[in-house]
Amino acid sequence: MTADHVTRRGLMQGGGALLAAAPLASQAQAQAATTASVSKGAPMTPVELTVNGREVHLQLDPRTSLLDALREHLKLTGTKKGCDHGQCGACTVIVEGRRINSCLTLAVMHDGEDVTTIEGLGTPEALHPMQKAFIVHDGYQCGYCTPGQICSAVSVLEEIKAGIPSHVTEDLDKVTFSAAEVRERMSGNICRCAAYSNIVAAIGDVAGEAEA
Amino acid sequence: MKPFTYERATSVEAAARAAASVQGARFIAGGTNLLDLMKLQIETPTHLVDVNRLGLDRIEKTEEGGLRIGALVRNTDLAADATVRRDYAVLSRALVAGASGQLRNKATTAGNLLQRTRCPYFYDTRMPCNKRKPGSGCGAMKGVSRSLAILGVSDACIAQHPSDMAVAMRLLDAQVDTVDATGARRAIPIADFHLLPGDTPHKETVLKAGEIITSVTLPGPIGGTHVYRKVRDRASYAFALVSVAAIFGKDGTARFAFGGIGAKPWRTAEGDAAAAQGAQAVAEATLAGARTTHDNDFKRPLVEKTLASLYRQQEARA
Ligand SMILES: Cc1cc2nc3c(=O)[nH]c(=O)nc-3n(C[C@H](O)[C@H](O)[C@H](O)COP(=O)(O)OP(=O)(O)OC[C@H]3O[C@@H](n4cnc5c(N)ncnc54)[C@H](O)[C@@H]3O)c2cc1C
Ligand code: SF4
Ligand code: FES
Ligand code: FES
Repeated sequence: MTADHVTRRGLMQGGGALLAAAPLASQAQAQAATTASVSKGAPMTPVELTVNGREVHLQLDPRTSLLDALREHLKLTGTKKGCDHGQCGACTVIVEGRRINSCLTLAVMHDGEDVTTIEGLGTPEALHPMQKAFIVHDGYQCGYCTPGQICSAVSVLEEIKAGIPSHVTEDLDKVTFSAAEVRERMSGNICRCAAYSNIVAAIGDVAGEAEA
Repeated sequence: MKPFTYERATSVEAAARAAASVQGARFIAGGTNLLDLMKLQIETPTHLVDVNRLGLDRIEKTEEGGLRIGALVRNTDLAADATVRRDYAVLSRALVAGASGQLRNKATTAGNLLQRTRCPYFYDTRMPCNKRKPGSGCGAMKGVSRSLAILGVSDACIAQHPSDMAVAMRLLDAQVDTVDATGARRAIPIADFHLLPGDTPHKETVLKAGEIITSVTLPGPIGGTHVYRKVRDRASYAFALVSVAAIFGKDGTARFAFGGIGAKPWRTAEGDAAAAQGAQAVAEATLAGARTTHDNDFKRPLVEKTLASLYRQQEARA
């Protein structure tokens, strides 16, 4: 371990706003985790989920994250793995009506629950309004973060409607839609291509239509 | 991740017994901190006891006029609760200042209190860290310590407590309710719940093996103006460098608790007593005994400036 290493880490941390530690180590671990979940370990555990309206029965190593269950076992690869540590939002799915990071939860913990992924929101033939708006507003470049952004965005509108306050809500009792609210509430979804302004525009469009 | 066995507890008592009887067992709630650390093999439990479906997710009034918050109440639900928004607004504000919408949907009251430090050396298993590996030394002390604590630190560890919620809980004089494997209950004042590092930074709370948090109880509301100000490297989704939770009374009194600067959520009687004399006096009283590094010395003036900003805002309101 060299001083050079510490300095580089320090810089990355500063730039990364101290989300957590060791971006480099996390990357390596993210890959190791995927392999680990198929290696021999604890006895397999039965897990039943309703994914996009379809009941599925799985036998899983308890280590399997919900994300790996979706991607590796159910082949629903729309949901993406970015950091595998709750820092990027690429893995966002909707479980029991709420958006969560599927990388930081175990599939076994969700036995019997209802999961909606990007594949369940809409299809290429019948797009969800949020998917349509992302296309219209160019809310992406490479598209890697997009499934997470869209799942998150759909939930954000629900959360505002439900009166759940955010960090930028001035009066805790009056939660209303605004661009500032969207930016704050979407901060858990990082976009490496920085399509942020178009993402905000897309969400604004859907919110406007919902009100009209 | 190391292999582990998993069970879903069927009652609070059974959960406590299971966790106490298996060597290396841990409770899992939201999993947002524990699984993060398990993936890095910083935590290596042999057995997980899932406490999610024990009905510990209710918020109810106590007979004493306070509020009992179930250990499994999600951070989102706590922040949005009508009573909390009205009577304990500082708690709502602190909660929504933390993490992201997705994480708050999972993170629980107990898990948030028990989340572990964000010290970069704690997170990097190639580094020495007395908290992660007792006796291995502290990499942070002479290293990158910008985010670390300046109060309550020791020669062994200068880690900060990273929680926002816990700072508001400290300000509100919360109490942590637990049950152990024998069924014995206790109520621990939040001031006594987290331990200072001393020579044993790996011991972080007074909880015993298998002791489960069932709820966190707040005393009756005390009114006043509730604020939570978090200073961080970006506007959202980042841990605090310094945070201040405050309640300003009508009579010039106030109370303050701090995040980002302490080995645990920080509050002093001296700081509160200096309230009428203004920001500088509160900062001085709070920071008495502070120990900074080359890297985090900026936290002293930042505490004072953050307080000054809160005082100005309060004066503008009055
Ligand atoms: C990217 C990222 C950013 C974040 N930013 C912030 C931030 O800005 N501010 C902030 O405050 N937090 C932040 N967090 C931390 C987050 O708030 C915590 O991870 C969360 O609150 C932990 O709650 P949990 O229920 O998921 O805990 P878990 O991970 O389930 O558990 C944490 C610990 O608590 C123990 N435990 C859980 N429940 C009980 C119980 N009932 N009784 C006894 N022990 C129990 C577990 O055994 C474990 O040791 C961030 C996290 C991430 C990943
Ligand atoms: S400050 Fe504490 S947590 Fe960080 S390296 Fe030192 S001993 Fe470990
Ligand atoms: S992959 Fe889950 S948050 Fe990054
Ligand atoms: S579109 Fe490329 S990461 Fe967001």
